[in-house]
Amino acid sequence: MARPAHATVLERATHVGVRALSVLVLGYLVLPIVVVLPLSFTSGELLVYPLPAWSLRWYREFTTAPDWTRALWNSTVLAVVTTVVATAVGLLAALGLQSLRSRLKPALYGLLALPLVIPHVMVAVALFYYYARLGLVGSFAGLVMAHTVLALPFVIITIAATLQGFDVNLPRAAASLGASPLQTFRMVTLPLILPGVISGAVFAFVTSFDELLVILFVGSPEQRTLPRQIWSGVSETMSPAVVAAAVVLIGVSLLLMAVVELLRRRGERLRGATRP
Amino acid sequence: MLALVAPSVLFIALFFVAPLGLFLYRSIDNSEVPGWLPRTTAALASWSGEGLPDEPAFRAVAEDLAALSGSTALPLLGRRLNHNIPGFRGLITGTGGRVDLAKPGRMREQLIAIDARWGEPAYWQTIRRERHVVTPFYLLSALDLRYGASGAIERAPAESAIFLGLLGRTLAISLVVTGLCVLLGFPLAVTMAGASPARANALLILVLIPFWTSLLVRSTAWVILLQNSGVVNQLLVGLGLAQKPIPLIFNRVGLYIAMVHVLLPFMVLPLYSVLRNIPPELMRAAASLGAPPAVAFLRVYVPQALPGLVAGASLVFVLALGYYVTPALVGGPGDQMIGYFIAYFTNTAVNWGMASALGTLLLLVVALIYLALGRVVGLNRLAVR
Repeated sequence: MARPAHATVLERATHVGVRALSVLVLGYLVLPIVVVLPLSFTSGELLVYPLPAWSLRWYREFTTAPDWTRALWNSTVLAVVTTVVATAVGLLAALGLQSLRSRLKPALYGLLALPLVIPHVMVAVALFYYYARLGLVGSFAGLVMAHTVLALPFVIITIAATLQGFDVNLPRAAASLGASPLQTFRMVTLPLILPGVISGAVFAFVTSFDELLVILFVGSPEQRTLPRQIWSGVSETMSPAVVAAAVVLIGVSLLLMAVVELLRRRGERLRGATRP
Repeated sequence: MLALVAPSVLFIALFFVAPLGLFLYRSIDNSEVPGWLPRTTAALASWSGEGLPDEPAFRAVAEDLAALSGSTALPLLGRRLNHNIPGFRGLITGTGGRVDLAKPGRMREQLIAIDARWGEPAYWQTIRRERHVVTPFYLLSALDLRYGASGAIERAPAESAIFLGLLGRTLAISLVVTGLCVLLGFPLAVTMAGASPARANALLILVLIPFWTSLLVRSTAWVILLQNSGVVNQLLVGLGLAQKPIPLIFNRVGLYIAMVHVLLPFMVLPLYSVLRNIPPELMRAAASLGAPPAVAFLRVYVPQALPGLVAGASLVFVLALGYYVTPALVGGPGDQMIGYFIAYFTNTAVNWGMASALGTLLLLVVALIYLALGRVVGLNRLAVR
């Protein structure tokens, strides 16, 4: 709310109060994450301040202990494969939905967004029940399918949002100039919607990389990922290595968030430039 | 164009709709009992339920259990019936190994000699009631109801009537978390909407950082911060606000602190996307027409903010209902929500029927909220992420 020039004392006080509260709320949102990070650099065994001394001891543990290195590897492989599958399948769906002129469209959107609204613990338990019958518990394919389903809505929504600002005359022009549908897609459509596709892929990656419950229920002990390893760390022995792993998760998430933010702002700038 | 959507639909159908559908069906599925006790369930169909059944029913149960003897189905059947009456497992497995079909004499005397409980009508009535391929047993249990000895539905005894309380607790925790998110999120969203574009973007980043940080990591952070020797208690004691560390973890206070932290961005982001589109001129117009600030705020600003408030609040509420990780890590035994018990009945108790019935209950509440609030729920507004 813009502050009018003739504000009374009470209004000014309210305004200052709202701002002060906002600062406190922002502190509450961000500080817990910031305050915990340095604890991973402790030389001691306990997660308390003051640190006895600064040390990379727990990062050494994280990069050498087989439990953690395997978890990092498992997380990365699973997230990469999930990203490829979810982005490819989701891109097709977004393109199909965009040009679909049917009463089915809202129903299809609803169906594809369904995984967003069902509590994850239920999805995980239901998949466990289902996979137990199909013999997919503990299989890599089973995990990829599960993570793909959880990531698909994000991919489709993100790419569909980009396609809304997409000029459908451009591929038509390409086609009229003799380009095949595949050429049109590769040389005209894809370059234009690439920022949306990348954002969608990032969402898919983060969804899989941070996912805990599906792994908890349908993953085998050899398939433990970073979130799974952190989970058992918190519930058993809370060592600073858990925080080091958390720092890695936060780092990856924030890096990818920066990518999406930059793409989003670039898109806003471009739209602002073409449509004043 | 439908062909392009087909792979996604197939994925969702095969790995989402089908698992959920089968899992939900499990809440009424009872095919195991008539499947493993075909002769008994057939014989008991014509029994009135009064007293003890006739000799053919005793003979039938003896034949069914003898047929299962030595197979893995016998303990599984025992576990299944144990859900209805604790101790049924021992009756089934104990009888299955010892019954002798060739022994002369009435089966009734032989079975009661093996285990006197075969002389109690309650066990027979249970098998009779559970003779169909579907059962209302689990859904009734999830509502603290059961079949009494007379066959009428009655309230479960107090010591096992825990599920309505659980549902109430889940709703109450979600409601408090939603209320706190509105109280804390509204001023922040107002400030963001009134800030210059550059500053608004900076504030947005500060909201997005926790939003993008995994829920598990944030819950873990609160476990570390809220423990007795944690930073929060160090601060409280250091500043003289507390004499000794206050228990902040494994209780309701800690759960609220962590859950509001995790869910607040889901309140702020949809709200902000609505607030930033409210033209500031309207408030000035209200002021110039003589409305005191409080009146202008309540009658001009709040009505326009309402879609954002409802969207954010309903999103937070629905997400909170299904929470499992945060309560499991930060809450105490008395702060666990429905999600925890779904996991418990799956992993620890291995009672799929009960897990599924609680899941059905949870899904029903979620579905009711979506039906009631329809498109107001702020999923589409999260595109700002």
